[in-house]
Amino acid sequence: MNNHPQQPSNRSEDRQNLLLLLKDAQRRSGYLSDQLMRELAESVGVTCSEIYGVGTFYSFLSTRPQGRNIIRACKSLPCCLKDSHLVISSIEGAIGIRAGEITPDGRFSFELVNCIGACDSAPAILVNNDLYTELTPRKISQILKEYD
Amino acid sequence: MPEQRVVLKNCGIIDPGQIATYLAADGFKALKKARDVGQEQVIQTIKDSGLRGRGGAGFPCGVKWEMAKDAPGDNKYVICNADEGEVGTFKDRHILSNDPFSLIEGMAIACYAIGARKGYIYLRAEYHYLYDRLLESINQVCEAGFLDGLNIDVYEGAGAYVCGEESALMDSIEGKRGEVRYRPPFPPTKGLWGKPTIINNVETLMNIPWIILHGAEWFCEIGTERSKGTKVFSVSGDVTKPGVYEMVLGSQLRELVEGLAGARAVKAIQVGGATGRIVPHDMMDTPLTFETLLGAGAITVFDETRDIVDIVRQTLEFLAEESCGKCSPCREGTEVMVGILGRFTRGEGSAHDIAAMERLSQAMMLSALCGLGQAAPNPVLDSLQYFRGEYDSRVKG
Repeated sequence: MNNHPQQPSNRSEDRQNLLLLLKDAQRRSGYLSDQLMRELAESVGVTCSEIYGVGTFYSFLSTRPQGRNIIRACKSLPCCLKDSHLVISSIEGAIGIRAGEITPDGRFSFELVNCIGACDSAPAILVNNDLYTELTPRKISQILKEYD
Repeated sequence: MPEQRVVLKNCGIIDPGQIATYLAADGFKALKKARDVGQEQVIQTIKDSGLRGRGGAGFPCGVKWEMAKDAPGDNKYVICNADEGEVGTFKDRHILSNDPFSLIEGMAIACYAIGARKGYIYLRAEYHYLYDRLLESINQVCEAGFLDGLNIDVYEGAGAYVCGEESALMDSIEGKRGEVRYRPPFPPTKGLWGKPTIINNVETLMNIPWIILHGAEWFCEIGTERSKGTKVFSVSGDVTKPGVYEMVLGSQLRELVEGLAGARAVKAIQVGGATGRIVPHDMMDTPLTFETLLGAGAITVFDETRDIVDIVRQTLEFLAEESCGKCSPCREGTEVMVGILGRFTRGEGSAHDIAAMERLSQAMMLSALCGLGQAAPNPVLDSLQYFRGEYDSRVKG
């Protein structure tokens, strides 16, 4: 337990672990800017393209600014069968943006994502790391109130 | 009785936050027994049990372990694949939430058997809400003195379906893009950081403690000749009782879907998620085994109101987005199929399109680098075989 995987440790393999370094950088800076990735590449001694390659591979890493809270609505089949499109339009209505955008006040960004593994209680969304299930359009505004 | 609890035996019984409740349910007796009988005997027992990997590929678990044990080198690794990203799968979430201790015990036994001092649980980022609880469980096991110098960590992914593929998963732990590796070499000889590594699914490792405790013969009595034990299924879609069910291998799909999950007026069932098979309702008597239908146990049920072509289009859209991009048959092939299927859903398909998808499917199955690309045409081919009329009715002019 001494090697907390979310924080690059002093182990040689972790100092070179680009994914851990990028996660850490995103946690501190909100997103992975070009400048941040260039600096990281230089400090680790790898090419910018290598850093960019990892930074753009994973859906939980972002090279664009993100809202303070990230709403991820599942768009996969099991949620679709339970009318996830109604939940998605309810979210769009509640925060006034479409998927892929950020609210002007920076409070929310909204993404459509692939299966989040809550198909038994579909439709489901993640807000940051919190899971909400068996959603109806009416529940959305109540849920989003909790996030500043 | 098709239902039997082996993997889920403690779910809902023990308190996943209290190791004492696990100990009261014979917890960690298997680890002690393993250390008493020795590495060779542990591996022999797992081989004799006929346990096959529960992540979809069905590789004999004991054979994998033996290869890793016999591989030269001091640094060896055990990885638990908890990156279940297959559409419609949530059984590992259920297991991790309800019985993390059996998993940790299974990993500790695996580490002992192959001589590894380090284990990783690769947890998908979408399950971050389980992260702290898993760490706490490992801490409790460590403090109770069961790990004996063994280090088990949780490594969190960052959102990538393909990282559930074992070689992509290892690249992800190494901090790289989660791209599939060329094989051979295989992980048991050259895996994580080039060292001997075994990667097992959560459910596979859950079986280990009870096999060690009760013996290979006990396990062999459950299931069929070539598919031993039980399988945990995640059932969702058009059913009245979605959820996690554990059944003896060889049980009929109908018993699960209609009998347990309460489906009515079924049109088709997707077994094994996006890369799985599409089964029409009149084939529901098919037994669930490695030789017939299984995958990782995702069962998505579609009733008579659903449009099969659109289901297949959505499935291929998912695969196109999640393709790691390393090999062109998968990267390009899935995109082309999405385009063609889109034409059909708009009623603009052609007979030529069907022939093109069939040719493309053959090429992908033959030449894609990993199981994902090779299995990506499954939904297309199955739907063409069983629901051809739905395509033909959308051929333009």
